[in-house]
Amino acid sequence: MKYLSQDQAPVMEALQKMKTARLVPFDVPGHKRGRGNAALTDFLGARCLDVDVNSMKMLDNLCHPVSVIKDAEILAAEAFGAKNAYFMVGGTTSAVQAMVLAAAKRGEKIIMPRNVHRSAINALILSGAIPVYVNPETDERLGISLGMKVTEVQRAIAENPDAKAILVNNPTYYGICSNLVAITKLAHDNNMLLLADEAHGTHLYFGDDLPVAAMRVGADMAAVSVHKSGGSLTQSSLLLTGENVDPGYMHQIINITQTTSGSYLLMVSLDISRRNLALNGKEIFAKVSDMAEYARNEINTLGDYYAYGEEIVNGDSIYDFDKTKLAVFTRPTGLAGVEVYDILRDEYDIQIEFGDIANCLAYVSVGDRPKDIERLVAALSEIRRNYRKDPTKMLKAEYIAPQVICPPQEAFYAEKETMPIKESAGRVAGEFVMCYPPGIPVLAPGEKITADIIDYIRYAKKKGCQMTGTVDMNVKNINVLREE
Amino acid sequence: MELWFTEAHTKNVRFSVRVDQQIFTKKSDFQRIDIFDSSEFGKMLVLDGCVMLTEKDEFIYHEMISHVPMSVNLNAKRILVIGGGDGGTVRELLRYPSIEHIDLVEIDEEVVIACTKYLPNITVGLSDPRLTLHFADGLKFVRHCYNEYDLIIVDSTDPFGPGEGLFTKEFYGNCFKALTDDGIMVNQHESPFYAKDAEAMQRAHKRIVESFPVSKVYQLHIPTYPSGHWLFGFAAKGKHPIKDADFAAWKKLGITTRYYNPNLHIASFALPTYVQELLEEEEP
Repeated sequence: MKYLSQDQAPVMEALQKMKTARLVPFDVPGHKRGRGNAALTDFLGARCLDVDVNSMKMLDNLCHPVSVIKDAEILAAEAFGAKNAYFMVGGTTSAVQAMVLAAAKRGEKIIMPRNVHRSAINALILSGAIPVYVNPETDERLGISLGMKVTEVQRAIAENPDAKAILVNNPTYYGICSNLVAITKLAHDNNMLLLADEAHGTHLYFGDDLPVAAMRVGADMAAVSVHKSGGSLTQSSLLLTGENVDPGYMHQIINITQTTSGSYLLMVSLDISRRNLALNGKEIFAKVSDMAEYARNEINTLGDYYAYGEEIVNGDSIYDFDKTKLAVFTRPTGLAGVEVYDILRDEYDIQIEFGDIANCLAYVSVGDRPKDIERLVAALSEIRRNYRKDPTKMLKAEYIAPQVICPPQEAFYAEKETMPIKESAGRVAGEFVMCYPPGIPVLAPGEKITADIIDYIRYAKKKGCQMTGTVDMNVKNINVLREE
Repeated sequence: MELWFTEAHTKNVRFSVRVDQQIFTKKSDFQRIDIFDSSEFGKMLVLDGCVMLTEKDEFIYHEMISHVPMSVNLNAKRILVIGGGDGGTVRELLRYPSIEHIDLVEIDEEVVIACTKYLPNITVGLSDPRLTLHFADGLKFVRHCYNEYDLIIVDSTDPFGPGEGLFTKEFYGNCFKALTDDGIMVNQHESPFYAKDAEAMQRAHKRIVESFPVSKVYQLHIPTYPSGHWLFGFAAKGKHPIKDADFAAWKKLGITTRYYNPNLHIASFALPTYVQELLEEEEP
């Protein structure tokens, strides 16, 4: 057997070899190493176009990896502590969908918190599985959804002993972690699979002194956005699986929705990033934690803002906190998080990750420099000086418990009619409404529309949140289920 | 043997000076620092490949960045200089007896060490008891100051490198807040001539106009800077750079200068039409 080690990058090495072979390309892509598209080559660079190639013998095939992609996946599995790893080129969305499609068939149940990403509920539309929502606690002051309490998960299991899997966000967009060890044990004690959405958790596998990573505590599957904290190209991601998941079946599931023209730019970025994380991850994330911690301390001296850290851990619904996340509670300044987000971009040339109605989040990563952190802190200080308002009229976000009238797939394909959102109270939604980012649905297909939800949507729109999900691109009308 | 230092003023234009010898080179945490000796310009300080000053023409830069605002507020007592680790700006300021205290905030201690050793005629003021040296990020330093300074001089490098944060709206806003009601901010404002410099110049102007009620630009001639045509910004909470200048009182101080004089002060605010147009594009 071939000896593999973490300082290798098999896909990159194969691409380098291919370049020296000076092949005459009579295959796709038609730009033929960029020669056929001078403007694109000029913009992206010849070295980039040179490796935008198709599957071939020396480069393996993503749909059925047997050589260099397989080796790269073996190294990724080893680096992340999984039994198997799969390179994903359709984003973590495709990894989440593969987890859900593999875990539950039509009519089977999956226990999940309601603050899942839209990709998880979309996967339910594809598979026909039925969600059992666990109410994530909401922090009353910050207005953010937290993790699942262990007792709430126990209750969901007791009420749904036939559920096939439990899905956990590890961590949430805001850095909140549930008690993954306890929930994994609960899942396994009840013959359920534990699926982890680790879209925001790549670094947990490599950094010291961070919350636990799912595969390291026995999760069965994890969807990991290497392109977020791991530094690979946008849209590249990893699916990780454990002992209980058959790799052949997993490949079949992945191939249902995955492209047959997997991009080598994305794959090589996963390969190189994995190598970098395995070799240097510890130092990288120590640096990121330090920068986030520094920014938090500075922001907390500005007044009004609250950049929360590990002090919010409460042992249950906030079992742990990912200190690389820099979320800032803005409501005491009288500004919604999304207003601060907009001012930072429009007035200060600073693009942060997202803003909700009371918080904004700056993504801190290996690419940041201390002087950029200084700019962010200085700009927040200036925004407070120049834009501060009376905060008393601000809406407090509260968890609105969803009333699931029918499963997402049934609702999505049901007979529907369109009507103005403001008049839709009492009806059942046939589509999503969400702020994007973060992409957590306010309404999912099959859920009852209430006056509270309509108020929330109106307020979020007024503050400048980008609403998406409906067929109506202006998000004024909503498709609701036709009533008998 | 011929030894030449070359700086690319643009991708297509180069400026070369014959060098007698390289006196110093070091890569600090922030930038590469070089000092050359040349027969034409004397010693030259070069940061990341760009000429910052030469012994022959530094007086133009340092006189214009300090005497223009000082003539407008001869009562200035507390001064903040950001950047300027070569000491030239401070040397000029210390000639005013009214100044009680200067804080100099330079991010790179290595610049001060090298200049002190090799350019003693320029760093002469750095040991003055009225001066406190801080090795810190300028943006961070000024964020903690409220209503403290009568004059802030932003003596920075270009906005591509360690000086980047000193060309931002948050920086200018923080300076506004750090100034007293009579406060003036003067800044190194890039050049209107080559496209890349002109863009930086316009951007800086846009951000200063948004932060200060008075925002003017004045020009000077620096032979060793790209195109030779350079600009400084004059921003204030209320003071006008010409109407509020007290040239009679300034003359009484008996400060000798080689470039600056009251007539030139007034004239330097008269800008070429194309420069006016570039600036007006950024004004509301």
